[in-house]
Amino acid sequence: MPKLLQDTATVFCREITPELRSPVGMVFAMGQPVLFLVLFGSMLVGTDADLGTGTGTADVWQWFVPGILVMMCLMGPLGAGHTMLSELNGGQVERFLVTPISRTSLILGRTGKDTVTLFAQAILITAIAVPLGMRFHLPGALATMVLLVVMAVGLSALSYVLAIISRPSGNLFWIVTQVLIFPVMLLSGILLPVDAGPGWLSAVATTNPVTYIVDAARALFVGDFLDPAVFHGLVAATAIAVLGLILATRAMRRGV
Amino acid sequence: MIRAEGLRRTFTAGKETIEAVRDVSFEVAAGELLALLGPNGAGKSTTMRMLTTLLPPTAGSAHIAGFDVAREPGLVREVIGYVGQRNAAGENHRIRDELAIQGRCYGLRLREARRRADEVLELLGIGELAGRLPGTLSGGQRRRVDIALGLVHGPRVLFLDEPSAGLDPHSRAGLWEQLQRLRREQGLTILLTTHYLDEADQMAERIVIVDQGRVIANGTADVLKADLAGDRLYVTTSDTDGARAAAALARRMAGIVEVTTEDRTVGLRCADADAVLPAYLRLLHHASVTVTRAGLRRPSLDDVFINLTGRRLEQPGDPSGNSIEEPTHA
Repeated sequence: MPKLLQDTATVFCREITPELRSPVGMVFAMGQPVLFLVLFGSMLVGTDADLGTGTGTADVWQWFVPGILVMMCLMGPLGAGHTMLSELNGGQVERFLVTPISRTSLILGRTGKDTVTLFAQAILITAIAVPLGMRFHLPGALATMVLLVVMAVGLSALSYVLAIISRPSGNLFWIVTQVLIFPVMLLSGILLPVDAGPGWLSAVATTNPVTYIVDAARALFVGDFLDPAVFHGLVAATAIAVLGLILATRAMRRGV
Repeated sequence: MIRAEGLRRTFTAGKETIEAVRDVSFEVAAGELLALLGPNGAGKSTTMRMLTTLLPPTAGSAHIAGFDVAREPGLVREVIGYVGQRNAAGENHRIRDELAIQGRCYGLRLREARRRADEVLELLGIGELAGRLPGTLSGGQRRRVDIALGLVHGPRVLFLDEPSAGLDPHSRAGLWEQLQRLRREQGLTILLTTHYLDEADQMAERIVIVDQGRVIANGTADVLKADLAGDRLYVTTSDTDGARAAAALARRMAGIVEVTTEDRTVGLRCADADAVLPAYLRLLHHASVTVTRAGLRRPSLDDVFINLTGRRLEQPGDPSGNSIEEPTHA
């Protein structure tokens, strides 16, 4: 076990070093969520939409920001999978596989780095949202991030699995991610409430695990810890994490 | 130091079964430099990947420094260094960072890993590149970084898959100088694959020729050439009648393996052309055949390969020969 921890730390250090050397890259990587936050968010607030949260500008922000955080956690792992794909096609992953390093650590160290990056980005998003007029609930925000970290671990692991089975062309990786990302995002109510759509749409949304995580994130963000949605969201996030880690470590052990 | 016995590896692509390696056996002694030579798709890389624990063999076994690659991959990994065909340093990572991380993968402490990183960079003459990103290096420099990555933990056996592919002659020469020095100074055992004939000929102590997944020859370059190719001897006569007479005389001489006639030129294959040539010329003189030109050529490894397979190893239109990749994945 200490070997696994030490190896995971080694992989984590390798992955985080370039980010620390030029932290600007991390800020650029979050461009899309920030655009949605500032441009789309501001319009959403302006429409005085009924989002089922009561009324008030601050409430709309509190409804919208957790969704944007989830969106970021959907997009971040894509970049991670893409990096993995290029390192699989280059000689980098192979280079690690001929060393005695634990195979599991190759996944754990990378997802660890992805999670830390997302955590830093989430803090930035929240920091941008506060001056826009969002009411900030510290314990709620922290709890939201814990939930999102669990999901992000799973998603980045799944992204690695996808990268591994997409070799060498990477086509499968692009097809799956491009086909999946927008339906998953729209059908989870990140941008607008699913309830606003027709019945069939809500029905489809209930099969999307991310829907539960978005609902849970919104409840947690305002400090509503006992909302049943929180439990459902945690179950969904944990399921994604467990599934992702099992599949990814298995793929890695089998030898790339 | 390396022992491969009946190695076999098949891949399935759709319904088809591809036999990348059918039956490969050879041994490499401690401190020896052995080259695996063969055309693209012969199974060199697949063999290499089995020996370095990257790919489990379908059948057969292999031992590195006494450890079984299938049953004790962890112990094998401790003692080997591997330089694959592709560049191994991450695009966003500084060279020195990557080397230190590589050392950490072998369990070196951080301080020790950093010291070793600087040491191998100096050893390969690229110390001044430590702080650079791989994208800013030349092909030859990147290849040295790859080799540095394979050496950071002080392996006993170094595997190099096409170490000089794609490099210009100057970089190739520099690389070889470094490799030979490592062998002299550290007693490293080296197994490499190449399809540069001259490289295998000059650098390797022993050559194993692989074709279609099988070992078809194994020996020193000199022995292979003497046993499997023989010297070539050419005589050009003044007319075609003379050539016909010369060929007939050659067929009656002892020690001539093969006689070919083309227009006015007769070609012979024999073991010791230096001695055969004067004797043959004397014979032609007595038979009143006018010889206008005569010469001899030492065999190349290409001749060895042609004799074994009937095909050329180096494709005429593809002198660098590195455009086709072997299937490495299932």
